[in-house]
Amino acid sequence: MALFDKHALLEKHSMLLTVGILVVVAIGGIIEIAPLFYLSNTIERVNGMRPYTPLELAGREIYVREGCYVCHSQMVRPLRDEVERYGHYSLAAESMYDHPFQWGSKRTGPDLARVGGKYSDEWHMDHMRNPRSVVPESIMPPYTFMVDRPLDFSQVQQTMQAMRLVGVPYTDAMIENAEYDLLAQANPDFYPNSGDYDGALVDRYTEASGREGTVTVRAFDGDAENITEMDAMIAYLQMLGTLVDFETYEADSLQNRR
Amino acid sequence: MATTTMQKNGIDFSVLTVGLFVGVFTLLALMVAAWSPDPLFNIHGWLSLGMSLVAILAICFWAANRKDGKLFDETQYEDTLIKWGVGVSMFWGVVGILVGFVIAMQLTFPSLLYFEEFGFLNFGRLRPLHTSAVIFAFGGNVLLATSFHVVQRTCRTRIAGGMWPWFVFWGYQAFIVLAATGYVMGVTAGREYAEPEWYVDLWLTIVWVAYLLVFLGTIWKRKEPHIYVANWFYLAFIVTIAMLHIVNNLAVPISPLSSQSVSLMAGVQDALTQWWYGHNAVGFFLTAGFLAIMYYYIPKRAERPVFSYRLSIVHFWALIFIYIWAGPHHLHYTALPQWAQTLGMTFSIMLWMPSWGGMINGLMTLSGAWDKLRTDPVIRMMVVSLAFYGMSTFEGPLMSVRAVNSLSHYTDWTIGHVHSGALGWVGFISFGALYCLAQWMWKRDRLYSANMVEWHFWTATIGIVLYICSMWVSGIMEGLMWRAYNEFGFLEYTFVETVEAKHISYIIRSLGGLLYLVGALIMSFNIYMTAKGKTRKGEEDHVHAPTNDGIPARAEAVPAE
Repeated sequence: MALFDKHALLEKHSMLLTVGILVVVAIGGIIEIAPLFYLSNTIERVNGMRPYTPLELAGREIYVREGCYVCHSQMVRPLRDEVERYGHYSLAAESMYDHPFQWGSKRTGPDLARVGGKYSDEWHMDHMRNPRSVVPESIMPPYTFMVDRPLDFSQVQQTMQAMRLVGVPYTDAMIENAEYDLLAQANPDFYPNSGDYDGALVDRYTEASGREGTVTVRAFDGDAENITEMDAMIAYLQMLGTLVDFETYEADSLQNRR
Repeated sequence: MATTTMQKNGIDFSVLTVGLFVGVFTLLALMVAAWSPDPLFNIHGWLSLGMSLVAILAICFWAANRKDGKLFDETQYEDTLIKWGVGVSMFWGVVGILVGFVIAMQLTFPSLLYFEEFGFLNFGRLRPLHTSAVIFAFGGNVLLATSFHVVQRTCRTRIAGGMWPWFVFWGYQAFIVLAATGYVMGVTAGREYAEPEWYVDLWLTIVWVAYLLVFLGTIWKRKEPHIYVANWFYLAFIVTIAMLHIVNNLAVPISPLSSQSVSLMAGVQDALTQWWYGHNAVGFFLTAGFLAIMYYYIPKRAERPVFSYRLSIVHFWALIFIYIWAGPHHLHYTALPQWAQTLGMTFSIMLWMPSWGGMINGLMTLSGAWDKLRTDPVIRMMVVSLAFYGMSTFEGPLMSVRAVNSLSHYTDWTIGHVHSGALGWVGFISFGALYCLAQWMWKRDRLYSANMVEWHFWTATIGIVLYICSMWVSGIMEGLMWRAYNEFGFLEYTFVETVEAKHISYIIRSLGGLLYLVGALIMSFNIYMTAKGKTRKGEEDHVHAPTNDGIPARAEAVPAE
């Protein structure tokens, strides 16, 4: 067939072949990915979403560092059993500040998209220290070392600056006060004489969120004196999925029982 | 001519440029080691410094010992590099499979195999080590070694670039060492199968561009009018992986002296970019590259021509065009818009055809030589790899259907599917090629032992069957348990009940992995003894196997493809 004979041209000219390959493999990605930067349902803003506080951000980095995403997803699908087991299905906007995204691809452990507020801080402490002490059948590794390891937050400010560069709306005040905000969130008595400092943290991030009650200040690991990796980890876990208010949402309505 | 004089003095232009390049990196590594406040980046600085210095010393020693003035003999193939490739591939293969076995055991017996004092040995850090070791270290080295072998033989010329192919080879090993040590220390970008951090990504980009130029350069000086089909696949693999790697790893380092970075994209855009990359790491690294291996080693070993030239054209272009679209099937029912999910699913189903086109072209190449399945266990290994390829490229489109995916996603079924492709297809075609290379590169009449290839074949095959069957059972079971309701309309099982139910499957899976590891060890011993020129007692005239690809003394003497 004549068409097949023409293929000899590509077989004799390596650059034609190379460019041909590049064109052919570029098409699919461009058509699928490019619109996601323009479509309203992938770039919409949802009330309640705000950038991570420095402490939560540090916790998220530990989450990434330890490879939690290889066993835990953060993406509830709109299926009846998942909505009942984990809560409202995940919205695109809920991971809009996740650099990188942590949707995951495997549930060796349960989904964590809405784990915030589901268990007490003490439960998380025990569970991270030795998962089998609270869930005997669990196959999760122990993270005992986080209990005592001081949190290294020397790079948190730089991380926030880099995130602002890629589009996360951190304000100047947020970046300037990053380290103070981090200390203040894990220690309610951090500024005994000027109580408005942790208030400033709450105000800053509440304003960004547009909704009250999305920032909590407490000694997450029960010890206000030392800021450990456990503080950051629990602060992150306890805010997961709590930013957007789903109270008006009816899980049992017909359209949600897909 | 300057180059010729330099060559007479024992220095070659490519040696100079490689040396200069490594010198620059030595300086960069020194700067990181000296100035970085980030302790992990600091360790990597020292490590890179050590590796660069070893490289410089090695180049000096090597050049000093070349008194004859012929650094790169254009009349000879570069086969030493390929011998290194065979050895290193086996090494990384065993390491990667061993780590896989360890993490399978961790999930089976968590109380025994996690150590509170050694957090860096937790599953979350070892699992990227396993996936990267088997895909990029083992698979990548097999692709490097075979592509360098195939492109020389099918172009009938020595590989281009003088020392640059050596730079590509050792630069790639440096990439593996940096990536692997990074995972264990906790340096990760947090993207599946693309975990290395920004500076390791940049290093790989440099190595990869050099790889593309070496490969193209060899094609440019070919003594054959046509570019052989295996090289189309290698070229598609190299070009597309470059594109995927660069786009998916776009990131902003938080400082030039920090190991950390933030990805350029976030949320849903990041997710689709990642799975566009992730699925095509499968499509172009683990499929196109290994199809190239199939297109050279099966015809050579079977001493038969490729079944259909036209089929190879059709399935090549169809495969590379369609594969790129399939990524969204990893994101069914997520916050990704449904039109994108549907596109991904549709193209995944279409992908079944070009995939099977490749399988048919490989299998039918055996036409008239089917008896070799009985007499040559190496051919059998490669043919069974095609059977696994056919099976997993049928299973994949099936799992990409939204309704099926709602059950299979997030479960062990996916793990089983990946391993039927990885252990069955990628593993077996690689083992077949490595057996061929061991025999051909060291110019042996036969392997040390054909019986040991039989043993390898059967332990590995039984291992795969145990692995994928146990994952089918546990995956479908947990998927059904997650969505089970009792008669009162409540969820029947807690999450941890599904974890508990998978225990037996996990034991069987570990056993399957262990068998596969034993097979790889048998192969390593066999190849080592073959390289040493030994033949196992009692097997001196056991089996007929094609002895060569011509065993050419001179490049010009090789028959055309």
